[in-house]
Amino acid sequence: MAELDIDTRAAKLGIDWSQVNLDSIQLPPGENFGIESDDEGVYHNDQLEFDTGFGNIIVVDNLPVVPKTKFEKLENVLKKIYSQLGVIKEKGLWMPVDSNTGMTLGYCFIEFNTPQEAQNAKEKTHGYKLDKSHIFAVNMFDDFDRLMNVKEEWEAPQTKPYVPGENLQKWLTDEKARDQLVTRSGPDTEVFWNDARQKNTELVHKRPYWTESYVQWSPLGTYLVTLHKQGAAVWGGADTFTRLMRYQHNMVKLVDFSPGEKYLVTYHSQEPSNPRDASKVEIKVFDVRTGRMMRDFKGSADEFSIGGPGGVAGASWPVFRWAGGKDDKYFAKLSKNTISVYETETFGLIDKKSIKVDNVVDICWSPTDSILSLFVPEQGGGNQPAKVALVQIPSKVELRQKNLFSVSDCKMYWQSSGEYLAVKVDRYTKTKKSTYSGFELFRIKERDIPIEVLELDNKNDKIIAFAWEPKGHRFAVIHGDQPRPDVSFYTMKTTQHGGRVTKLGTLKAKQANALFWSPTGKYIILAGLKNFNGQLEFFNVDELETMATTEHFMATDIEWDPTGRYVATAVTSVHEMENGFTIWSFNGKLLYRNLKDHFFQLAWRPRPPSFLSPEKEEEIAKNLKKYSKKYELEDQDVSLLLSEQDREKRKALKEEWEKWVKQWKSLHEEEKLARQSLRDGEISDEEEEEDEAKEVKEVEFEDVIEVTEEVVQE
Amino acid sequence: MRPILMKGHERPLTFLRYNRDGDMLFSCAKDHTPTLWYADNGERHGTYRGHNGAVWCCDVSRDSSRLITGSADQTAKLWDVKTGTQLFSFKFSSPARSVDFSVGDKLAVITTDPFMARTSAIHVKRIADDPQDQDGESVLVLENPEGRKRINRAVWGPLNQTIVSGGEDAVLRIWDAETGKLLKETDKEVGHKQTITSLCKSADDSHFLTGSLDKTAKACLPFLLYLLFHNPPVLWDMRTLTLIKTYTSGVPVNAVSMSPLLDHVVIGGGQDASAVTTTDHRAGNFEAKFYDKILQEEIGGVKGHFGPINALAFNPDGRSFSSGGEDGYVRLHHFDSDYFNIKI
Repeated sequence: MAELDIDTRAAKLGIDWSQVNLDSIQLPPGENFGIESDDEGVYHNDQLEFDTGFGNIIVVDNLPVVPKTKFEKLENVLKKIYSQLGVIKEKGLWMPVDSNTGMTLGYCFIEFNTPQEAQNAKEKTHGYKLDKSHIFAVNMFDDFDRLMNVKEEWEAPQTKPYVPGENLQKWLTDEKARDQLVTRSGPDTEVFWNDARQKNTELVHKRPYWTESYVQWSPLGTYLVTLHKQGAAVWGGADTFTRLMRYQHNMVKLVDFSPGEKYLVTYHSQEPSNPRDASKVEIKVFDVRTGRMMRDFKGSADEFSIGGPGGVAGASWPVFRWAGGKDDKYFAKLSKNTISVYETETFGLIDKKSIKVDNVVDICWSPTDSILSLFVPEQGGGNQPAKVALVQIPSKVELRQKNLFSVSDCKMYWQSSGEYLAVKVDRYTKTKKSTYSGFELFRIKERDIPIEVLELDNKNDKIIAFAWEPKGHRFAVIHGDQPRPDVSFYTMKTTQHGGRVTKLGTLKAKQANALFWSPTGKYIILAGLKNFNGQLEFFNVDELETMATTEHFMATDIEWDPTGRYVATAVTSVHEMENGFTIWSFNGKLLYRNLKDHFFQLAWRPRPPSFLSPEKEEEIAKNLKKYSKKYELEDQDVSLLLSEQDREKRKALKEEWEKWVKQWKSLHEEEKLARQSLRDGEISDEEEEEDEAKEVKEVEFEDVIEVTEEVVQE
Repeated sequence: MRPILMKGHERPLTFLRYNRDGDMLFSCAKDHTPTLWYADNGERHGTYRGHNGAVWCCDVSRDSSRLITGSADQTAKLWDVKTGTQLFSFKFSSPARSVDFSVGDKLAVITTDPFMARTSAIHVKRIADDPQDQDGESVLVLENPEGRKRINRAVWGPLNQTIVSGGEDAVLRIWDAETGKLLKETDKEVGHKQTITSLCKSADDSHFLTGSLDKTAKACLPFLLYLLFHNPPVLWDMRTLTLIKTYTSGVPVNAVSMSPLLDHVVIGGGQDASAVTTTDHRAGNFEAKFYDKILQEEIGGVKGHFGPINALAFNPDGRSFSSGGEDGYVRLHHFDSDYFNIKI
């Protein structure tokens, strides 16, 4: 009420405002004289929205048609079914009755408290068999309008004219055989060529606010996926990045590609309103090229994780793990006591059944074959041993298994070409107070899959990191105590020992806590991230020698380019300063730096695997001199050109500067008199001072004489 | 040569100033006593007692007879350099942040901070020849030049015709020193993006350098050339206020200086002082970094401070420089002969 209104009203009623003590007035409880407080208004608005929306009503069809006598019974049955799925509102179940016959009409409306419950009830009971002749058909009330408006006659969809697509792999045909990388800093997302010859980057595409959370390359590098409120989008193309497809998934949080990049999995989770409930998870699988949704999975987070103490907040990503190889045939999900393996032909479970494995906690696909490795921890207080098993898919045949005793934890590491599986086993010592680690090494490609046990020289060493050499037979382990652990290299194959694992060597006391093999093998970076402030050691494993020891101070991320020629190290925005990335050659030579504030992410564009056979690759490596000649010449030309350009640039800068200086000098000269008068006629200006400076130099000559005196003394 | 460590202040350093002859070095710190040192060997000569708050800035007259200091105790004081006696105290109603003598030492520009209801202000005071005649009257007062934002530095332009100021709003402004009219200001697009922390003129007033928290330094022209260092330092022309050069440092810049002898600029700064204890000592980057003024390339750095560098000054002969840090030390560096032969 406006103040003026109040005054006039008061005058009418004969009230003198000045006599009234407002604080002393007390309203009877519950009375508000028709004046709503502001919060009440908000409250009412909420209610209104609730009451008018039909989003929480479902329509259940195909009910039995019953006379009045049985009406109550049917109502009770329905209530029983639906109250399990959500809270039915008071008088929320309404079954219409034909007023002439007194018979029900065979359908009813049910109103739930929330639209989510209604949606859930619809999904759960659509197709529910009450008995043989009554199968429920459940729809949302809101959908009815849409369903009624479907045209009676079928219209053939129009065929769109074929538009030839762009060459999505044109980046691979770059003349200089460069690689691309994407970075996110501030609002900008940029794709660059890494032009190591020019010691700089060349921009390919830049777009501010390209993504709302992060970007990711597809595994073969064809697409770049961006995340948005409405869903995910993939970008690619011949020259610039154009949008190729969109995938609708509200508030998508995470995405994952199948290894052959045929399918895209998107993930969204919603925090529950009640903290005791598990969060809701929705996962969709799309066909990347057509954009069609192939399958979606909904449920509480419990159904997508094994519910360990770490899994409470949500499922661990990726929820669906794809079988290796480019076929994208199978993907598996781990949940409590079950492994669900789906196949992409039907997007259904293999044999329509999940695999039951009590207490399974971890699964891992071979990167090349459809073999699943799984780990089951000890049960019954040690009565039943822990187990690591290999299962062939789709036959579900157990290829090999090994029982392990007094195990506290296991971690599985596949070698990238699927030849070996290393299982790091943490065992309890006899007192059960501490653990020690060892390895079980499976040789997958050999007959009967032999298993070898490897223990470190010092059994009590903690294992800090483990990594297989890509495409190779070696692996590296960081073990020992911080802050100066040791690094050891082992090989699965030697000329002398054939099929025995052998130690190649140990490097003592290294400042390292992470291992980064070159994608081509042979070279490895021993990196000390986090507490070690970005120590980097470039190491050649063939020769067992250090190529370079250097540092990218505070580096948080390290990534090899897909060809193994260059390495990018980055300081991301977890640190406030020195954000940006540095490019190194494979042997640890610093090529260039690129500083960017608020640096979030860096990712090299992956390349599809090479078409060259291993034999051909070997031949090229042998005759490298012959092949490299051409490139060496090119390199030389470029470096000459560069130094020439550099000289020119410097010369131009110097000339420009001198031009300025001349200009200032003349102005300075002109103002000389003005300055003198400001200083009450004192002439001493810089010109005179220069003369003085010369005199000072003469004094320095005296010093030289002193030096000669010393010589005489000798 | 090994730097000379001058430990005379109990609080972080705020400003360093050499006299024209280069034999004396004045230092200001958050403790209340500006100190005079022998610029050659770093011996302490004396202190100037009288302030009751952090001293932010100082300037010394051309004949090295007068010192003016600006302090958080809301005064700017004139001192007799030789005896250390206070000659006069200008009283303000908010802290005095920066002071600068004009050519001829007849005027001084003093800036004051925004404080309580007060906005920032630029005051021009007449400095009398005889301290007996000195009064506190302002020749010119510019109220509210940058609103509620602090002005970190104001200096005279060529021939005392203009005043150049820079501060928290990251804009450099040139004012007419007679009328107080705003003549020019920098474009936000081109200039610094964050607080300008320091401003330093070249020996011939042709250009100046500014430093800022945005991790660059810039050089610009309004006498003719102003060099401006920002958190990257930047170089500007003094008469036209053109941006000439930008130097990128990667850390917030608190102090800048230009060599009078060679085409070198030096910038100092580092991580915010409040974050120092939480990270590795090397994370702070408490380094005085040298750049080639023309080519904008980094030449080298001088480490040593264990807190951000707050003040830098070149000796007018260009053969030594000193740096003052949050750690309370002044480090006096005499250049080795190698320095004069650097080629890039």
